[in-house]
Amino acid sequence: MTLNGWLQILLYCGIVIALVRPLGGYMFRVFSGERMFLGPIERAIYAVAGTRGEDQHWTRYAASLLIFSALGVLALYLLQRVQGALPFNPQSLPGVAPDLAFNTAVSFVSNTNWQAYVGEGTMSYLTQMLGLNVQNFVSAASGMAVAVALIRGFARRSASGLGNFWVDVTRAVLYVLLPICIVGTLVLVWQGVPQNLAPYTAATTLEGVQQTIAQGPVASQMMIKHLGTNGGGFFNANAAHPFENPTALTNLIHMVCIFAIGAAFTNLFGRMVGDERQGWAILSAMGVMFLVGVAVVYWAEAQGNPLIGTAMEGKEARFGIVGSALFAVITTAASCGAVNAMHGSLSALGGMIPMLNMMLGEVVVGGVGAGMYGLLLFVIVAIFIAGLMVGRTPEYLGKKVEGREVKFAMLALLILPLVMLGMTAAAVVLPGALSSVLNPGPHGFSEVLYAYVSAGANNGSAFASLSANTPWYNLTLGIAMLAGRFAMIVPILALAGSLAGKKSVPVSDGTLPTHGPLFVALLIGVILVMGGLEFFPAIALGPIVEHLAVMAGQTF
Amino acid sequence: MMKELRPALAVFLLLSVLTGLAYPLGMTGLAQAIFPAQANGSLIQRDGAVIGSRLIGQAFVGEGYFHPRPSAVDYDAAASGGSNLAPSSAALVERVRAAGDVPGDLATTSASGLDPHVTPDGARFQIARVAAARGIPEAQVAALVEAHVTPRQLGILGEPVVNVLELNLALDEL
Repeated sequence: MTLNGWLQILLYCGIVIALVRPLGGYMFRVFSGERMFLGPIERAIYAVAGTRGEDQHWTRYAASLLIFSALGVLALYLLQRVQGALPFNPQSLPGVAPDLAFNTAVSFVSNTNWQAYVGEGTMSYLTQMLGLNVQNFVSAASGMAVAVALIRGFARRSASGLGNFWVDVTRAVLYVLLPICIVGTLVLVWQGVPQNLAPYTAATTLEGVQQTIAQGPVASQMMIKHLGTNGGGFFNANAAHPFENPTALTNLIHMVCIFAIGAAFTNLFGRMVGDERQGWAILSAMGVMFLVGVAVVYWAEAQGNPLIGTAMEGKEARFGIVGSALFAVITTAASCGAVNAMHGSLSALGGMIPMLNMMLGEVVVGGVGAGMYGLLLFVIVAIFIAGLMVGRTPEYLGKKVEGREVKFAMLALLILPLVMLGMTAAAVVLPGALSSVLNPGPHGFSEVLYAYVSAGANNGSAFASLSANTPWYNLTLGIAMLAGRFAMIVPILALAGSLAGKKSVPVSDGTLPTHGPLFVALLIGVILVMGGLEFFPAIALGPIVEHLAVMAGQTF
Repeated sequence: MMKELRPALAVFLLLSVLTGLAYPLGMTGLAQAIFPAQANGSLIQRDGAVIGSRLIGQAFVGEGYFHPRPSAVDYDAAASGGSNLAPSSAALVERVRAAGDVPGDLATTSASGLDPHVTPDGARFQIARVAAARGIPEAQVAALVEAHVTPRQLGILGEPVVNVLELNLALDEL
């Protein structure tokens, strides 16, 4: 570890923290329905949609989200299947195979962006733009909408509605995602990220070898891919590819984008419930867990692999150890899943933290919207446990938290271990699934575990040595992504509906303050205990065994 | 549920046109107008022919050129990727041992397989070989290497690196 390394980490944290209040305040205006600068476009969309922006009951809000997502899966599946006959396809790439097209459609609609395909060899420019890029925007906006709906559940008193899904999605795209992307794209191009529609370039190298250089509208996709915590790369190597991430500055921009909206959501939350301190308390809990994660990965990578005397396998020279370690923690803390180093080649402990981040439900800042609603589930559980300890009905932000809310929260939280561990267990006893594993030994188990953890958590990063483009993995990972997204969102909206209908109880001497260090510590404790109980055995079989083996000089 | 079909179709189609066509095509137009060189892949031409991209690594095997890092995809710039070998992989240990006593980056494959850079130590390590193969003084090659060390961006970001293609182009012009 070096001084410069820690300075890079501090600089990053400083920028993210500085953005929390301005962006949080701006999003507060966006989601409280204030008149904004694209009024005519916005009103035109509502007119065609036939919506007046009326308040929706949670069931209608959920139905809107589900039908919107189903439509997205269908459209993206069809686009991939017929891309061979459509324009913007200079490489004449054929239609995508059915199982892969299903997996990719689900992957992008669920904001996972798991890549079972090689971008530059599979997807036409039209599919990248009109298929993948659209879902980068609208799946992110859907996540933000759900989080805003849940926050409204806390903020409203004796209300029946949670807001309007169509308005929330439209405004998230028009006023938050799109403007930032337009400015950011130009900065990325300036730094060297391509933005063209030309065929791949044929070059003849200095030594006379032919090299085909893949091109495309990359920069416009890079911005939303990180800002929307999507993570699906234009190229196979994702943000490690020099065209996606040419310089240390683009690396910083990508990392800031991944956290910007998620971190600002805590402030939006605080503003919406009328007490910004509540947001800062949640951000503090996230920040503590983040810094511990960064310290462990940076330390583990800085040691170098004792078997080969270097840590540079699967890393890019321009990012080095700190730039790769920091990115790996950020991308899995948020549900982004973009990678600038190959996670499967990280040290055993360095690869364990990304896995752990996802197992905890990506609540350390988390995906846009998804991190906020995921963390609020843990808040409910923490409040409930605190209530049990002192023997009184728990309350949060003036709302009594009762059996119904805790059940919905636990239902949403238990989806993750069910999908992640259940499907891993099935895969590791099926010979057909095991034949996709590249590295033998404990790392082989980690490859499979990482895949289902990543899919269930809607992350999308991978221990990419697993050959996942097989019917088994395309199908089961697709199911894991759907469950991890929608089986979580529906109970959350039910929870929001239940909360919104409650009256407010006044603060009394017995109320647990939820903006102080005591609550922050309680929240972190609940997250770690739940995650640890659920996942420690699996972690022990994979990365921990591998770490001990490497320390003992054993290879596989 | 059916009541939501119209808004679903309308919002999906309109946002698709906006974010899937207007945005990327509009950005392509702007990027081509403002930063044409970067927008087209930072290509390098010599004598009218494209010899590669400043940002994309390419293979060099001749003794008289600086060599890039090993690549898991043989510098195929239409199929990027890493080795994905585990830290406990016997194959990885064997490969690195076979590379001998060299700086770490010269024994390991990058994440993209297209890393255009080596570390400054990785470049300095090759000075003697390149100078001998070209029959020019080592000091001259060394000076060229030092001139091609790109420092950390803004003095703090990333790591110092040497762009192998640019260094080799400069070598050819000596």
